[in-house]
Amino acid sequence: MNAFKRTTVGLAVAAALSLSMAHAQVSDNVIKIGVLNDMSGLYADLSGPGSTLAAKMAVEDSGIEKRGYKVEIVSADHQNKADIGSAIARQWYDADKVDVIVDVPNSGVALAINAITKEKGKAFLGSGPASSDLTGKACSPNTVHWTYDTWMLANGTGSAVVKTGGDTWFFITADYAFGHALERDTAAVVTKSGGKVLGDVKVPLNTQDFSSFLLQAQASKAKIVGLANAGGDTINSIKGAAEFGIVKGGQNLAGLLVFVTDVNSLGLPTAQGLVLTETFYWDLNDQTRAFAKRFAPQYKGIHPTMIHAGVYSSVLHYLKAVEALKSDDGTKVVAKMKEMPTDDPLFGKGTIRADGRKIHPAYLFEVKKPSESKGPWDYYKVRATIPADQAFRPMKDGGCPLVK
Amino acid sequence: MTEIFGVPTQALFGQLLIGLINGAFYALLSLGLAVIFGLLNIINFAHGAQYMMGAFCAWLLLEYWGVGYWWSLLLAPIAVGVTGVVIERTMLSRLYKLDHLYGLLLTFGIALIFQGLFTQHYGSSGQPYRLPTEFSGGYNLGFMFLPKYRAWVIVASLVVCLSTWYVIERTKLGSYLRAATENPSLVQAFGINVPRMITLTYGFGVGLAALAGVMAAPIYQVSPQMGANLIIVVFAVVVIGGMGSILGAILTGFGLGVIEGLTKVFYPEASNTVIFVIMVLVLLVKPAGMFGRER
Repeated sequence: MNAFKRTTVGLAVAAALSLSMAHAQVSDNVIKIGVLNDMSGLYADLSGPGSTLAAKMAVEDSGIEKRGYKVEIVSADHQNKADIGSAIARQWYDADKVDVIVDVPNSGVALAINAITKEKGKAFLGSGPASSDLTGKACSPNTVHWTYDTWMLANGTGSAVVKTGGDTWFFITADYAFGHALERDTAAVVTKSGGKVLGDVKVPLNTQDFSSFLLQAQASKAKIVGLANAGGDTINSIKGAAEFGIVKGGQNLAGLLVFVTDVNSLGLPTAQGLVLTETFYWDLNDQTRAFAKRFAPQYKGIHPTMIHAGVYSSVLHYLKAVEALKSDDGTKVVAKMKEMPTDDPLFGKGTIRADGRKIHPAYLFEVKKPSESKGPWDYYKVRATIPADQAFRPMKDGGCPLVK
Repeated sequence: MTEIFGVPTQALFGQLLIGLINGAFYALLSLGLAVIFGLLNIINFAHGAQYMMGAFCAWLLLEYWGVGYWWSLLLAPIAVGVTGVVIERTMLSRLYKLDHLYGLLLTFGIALIFQGLFTQHYGSSGQPYRLPTEFSGGYNLGFMFLPKYRAWVIVASLVVCLSTWYVIERTKLGSYLRAATENPSLVQAFGINVPRMITLTYGFGVGLAALAGVMAAPIYQVSPQMGANLIIVVFAVVVIGGMGSILGAILTGFGLGVIEGLTKVFYPEASNTVIFVIMVLVLLVKPAGMFGRER
């Protein structure tokens, strides 16, 4: 009996030792993931606590904890301010031993985190930010830009709309870096595809009433009113357009950055017919539906947006790379992530390019009519699939110093 | 077609009208603020949150009890007004003897709490409120398409504003109120219950904010931040009009709506700042505001 006991203890110790040997390189034996986004403001529904939930689900599904690794998830609110975001990132990296920061919607904050992560040699998996500069002139060996970017949005919606006859455009643009970039990229695509830009109006961020700008768009007689804005601004523009009879008058709206949560909050009667580009929709296939079915009940019924999906998929791939490398050194893990092909239930098989751009297909969606929708959250039908190799900006055009 | 500074006159008429519609909201909101400040000397920073609560109240009534727009116009201001009365009785009434700043801080804190609670519960992207069917469609005015609902907003706002002004400036009840602000102890000596009158006035001001919220619900998204975006502009309107001046609040509300509307045509990038530029200019020339009296 005694001998048996001794053997068991011995075995247990040996097992424990071998386990700790296996991930001796993991700093303080914990892989610490920091989810940094807008937890309380405008983007809280499309990213926010839902992203923390997605990260938790990724850790669960990876099964990494069963193999002896310890994973911890922390989260914080950057309030859409670059200085607050930077302060949290520094605190996390320097004092709290966070190994990787994920999500970070708001391009301004993301560009700041991008620089800090590089300086500290950690890892940054951007699911929330839009600016294609993250894999262009600001690209970094420590950053992976996962879900979408401004070039992809412009390319997807812009060229598709011109092809279906929308060849004259008027832009309503959010008057800051993101809006300008989105308008610039889309205008380029429109012109390249043979369309014409008739005019634009730059609108201050967080404008309540868009009717004045919509009237200007109406007067331009452009076939398409391009909305180069996001969140509440997009919602208010679309509502105003319905009210002032823009769509009934024969003009169409092109939302350049619209999330499924925006459509939900607009309601189908107002949003129907809107054309938009995303890289994920919960009702694409059995796997995405299964994910949504687990996700929604834990998040006030809100179905996952592409940002949530991106957080899930990027964390999953990150953990695979850590395990393969048996280290959580930021620079090495990101290099390993680029080396390994990606494969997850939400985005399918894909790759990460040398400039940090995650490559997967994008989808051109059309918002259903109320009569076509079978119930809550049944909002999109797929109009076209843009294959992975065409969805994102070719690496040579981005000007990323890493690939020169 | 004739043009003014490169803008066709017809388009300009449209923009003027839209400015007037936005001005109607400014007027309605700044009216409530002016009433509260003029009679209670409280700078009510919770006004934006109370406007938001009015909109949410209408949405809840429709969503959960099927109560339509018209009843909401009555019920939401009463419900939100009652919360105002509770706040006044339990908290604000303790601050009257202190500096204005304390009231401002308290109401600002209350606003943050309400916004946080609504965001937590209903999410940040907001809820759609269906336009009442009798308001669908609009009038073709030749120079623009005027949605029926927007026309109603102007009319309703004017009626509410003018009747409030009339009650306070021209009736016996109004004169009691004004006297109670000037010299509460003297008015109390005449047997009038001043604290109750003050409480009801605050409740009424809050109810006006909620009424504006109900009117805004079908046009804008019913979202927890809807008041926070508006409150600063409305404060500027009140300051320009003269703190506490009721007629000033109404006139500047409509006037600034129009000026803002024109800015949106000629220099849209400045449309969010123009009101503050005007505020600075007015304060330099007339520190008490356009219609305010120096105290």
